[in-house]
Amino acid sequence: MTKAKRKRLIYNLVTFGLVIVAFIILENMISAKAISRSLKGQLVPICAWIIMAVSLNLVIGFSGELSLGHAGFMSIGAYTGAVVSGWLLSAFDMQDPLLRLVLAILAGGILAGIFGVLIGIPVLRLRGDYLAIVTLAFGEIIRNLVNVLYIGTANGKLHFAFLNKEKLPAGVTMLVDGAKGAVKIKPISTFEVGFVLILITLIVVLNLVNSRAGRAIQATRDNRIAAESMGVSVTKYKMMAFVTAAVLAGMAGALYGLNSSTVVPTQFTFNQSINVLVFVVLGGLGNVLGSIISATFLTILPEVLREFADYRMLVYAVVLILVMIFTNNPTTRAFVNRLASPAKKLVRKNRGETAGGGDVK
Amino acid sequence: MTQKPKKHRSDTKMVPVPSHSIIPERDVDEIPVMETRHLGIEFGGLKAVDDFNLTIGKTEIAGLIGPNGAGKTTVFNLLTKVYEPTTGAVLINGQDLHGMSIVQASRLGIARTFQNIRLFDKMTVEENVRIGLHNQIRYDMFTGILRLPRYWKQEKRQHERAMELLDIFGMQDLADETAGSLPYGAQRRLEIVRALATDPKLLLLDEPAAGMNPHETEELMENIAKIRDQFQIAILLIEHDMSLVMGVCEGICVLNFGKVIAKGTADEIQANPAVIEAYLGKKKEG
Repeated sequence: MTKAKRKRLIYNLVTFGLVIVAFIILENMISAKAISRSLKGQLVPICAWIIMAVSLNLVIGFSGELSLGHAGFMSIGAYTGAVVSGWLLSAFDMQDPLLRLVLAILAGGILAGIFGVLIGIPVLRLRGDYLAIVTLAFGEIIRNLVNVLYIGTANGKLHFAFLNKEKLPAGVTMLVDGAKGAVKIKPISTFEVGFVLILITLIVVLNLVNSRAGRAIQATRDNRIAAESMGVSVTKYKMMAFVTAAVLAGMAGALYGLNSSTVVPTQFTFNQSINVLVFVVLGGLGNVLGSIISATFLTILPEVLREFADYRMLVYAVVLILVMIFTNNPTTRAFVNRLASPAKKLVRKNRGETAGGGDVK
Repeated sequence: MTQKPKKHRSDTKMVPVPSHSIIPERDVDEIPVMETRHLGIEFGGLKAVDDFNLTIGKTEIAGLIGPNGAGKTTVFNLLTKVYEPTTGAVLINGQDLHGMSIVQASRLGIARTFQNIRLFDKMTVEENVRIGLHNQIRYDMFTGILRLPRYWKQEKRQHERAMELLDIFGMQDLADETAGSLPYGAQRRLEIVRALATDPKLLLLDEPAAGMNPHETEELMENIAKIRDQFQIAILLIEHDMSLVMGVCEGICVLNFGKVIAKGTADEIQANPAVIEAYLGKKKEG
């Protein structure tokens, strides 16, 4: 096994290991009732935000395109999940919450994926700042569209209306009620499903990145012209990354939406897209493990900071800046490395002089 | 025959082209790997390349030289479809490149290196070569995600092929290094390996010896000849190092202000007054 391969294997094992160990610890804490109410309520959202961050990292970190509309895909997933779950319950009397949840998540992913393709076709022809602006607009369009969307169910059929609620036949049970959002959702999301969804996300993203398609995606990021000259179809691979991320975001959305009794359009504003962007940048572009950690940390942080009351967001911002400085500033990095270097030297000495053999060129 | 008015190219194809061929004898009976006819491009009225005619034999090593700004790299960009020509046509193995994208041109068998190195900096050396193998050893996205048996088989083939190719320049040891961290000379060599991985019929090298010391240049010269013999491909190179050009190129084409001013063998070019003038300026009349 080559050095690079071993390094990658270790990275992947650590990533999966961390998630699995965290899951086992939390499960034990839940069964021992050793977990605070607020943290327990946060578990499913944390899963959803981790998936959002990892999938956005695929677009930003690996394909190198700045997408600012990721919350749009999440909102599509959340609404689809709510409607599908409500519809399955009323039309087919499907009582099994797990089956409903899985089907809702699948539907959310598929619909978000379809939107990903539709948006991707025009958008991925643009580059850099333009792409960022168009995806930003997309997120806002989705939010405004669901604001005037009415979906009701009656006798096992779904009824759709746009702008005008009166167009729905009388006596329908409302599933999506315009600005009130998706209403009367039966919360069926569980932490276990969220955990499995994280694992699926990790498998998809990490395996994709270390495959022919994933290398092509990274090549288009590093140098577009060179990639094309090597026969790599840039649009195809940018599309692949974009749509895969959209599907995953849709699934995360369904999970997130089915965790509460209502989903409102204002939950998925531009701010949320930026939030996910912060997770990705803080965790490191192209660093999946970093995305997981920063998404977890930054989702819990505002809850922990509740005791600061009015100063909450101020403290949040300060913490964010400090973390950025300590993890990404070259000077502080060099400083930390200097602190760590005596320890490293000691390890190398113990391993014998041959350990340095890897540096020979 | 009805002609579409906008495409100059299609009319020019009808005109019999005077032979500018400097093809080596062994390639004469073969279809030339590349042929350009009246190739030209204008940037806002400036003719960067004008009436460029060149034929390259199937296993020829040809040189494209000229003073700075003569339009050499522009010719490369025309051949690889980075630019769409305003006039004329490029034929690769007898096939017109008209309307093709960079990717399609690459699939026809043109590969290139770049004057300002364009590696995939954040990827490893081996991964860079594997991108070159992108269309040679394939499997689809789902095979990759689900790690089906085909994934392992094709990955192994890619790895072995990449190592074989890296061995041309003895770069196997560097396979795991990040491409961006390599020394300059090694980066240039990696670009050549990456281009070779696409299994080209015509290899375009844009200043391959730039930044190399005389010893490295000599090694490169041997390797260029070795590559031609081993892969049986044609090579067109742009180079300012005259010892390399004169040493390895069978045919040389000299460009100045976008126009071809001379073609021939190394000896002919060195004795050509127009070439000397282009490089050294006009002799003062006594």
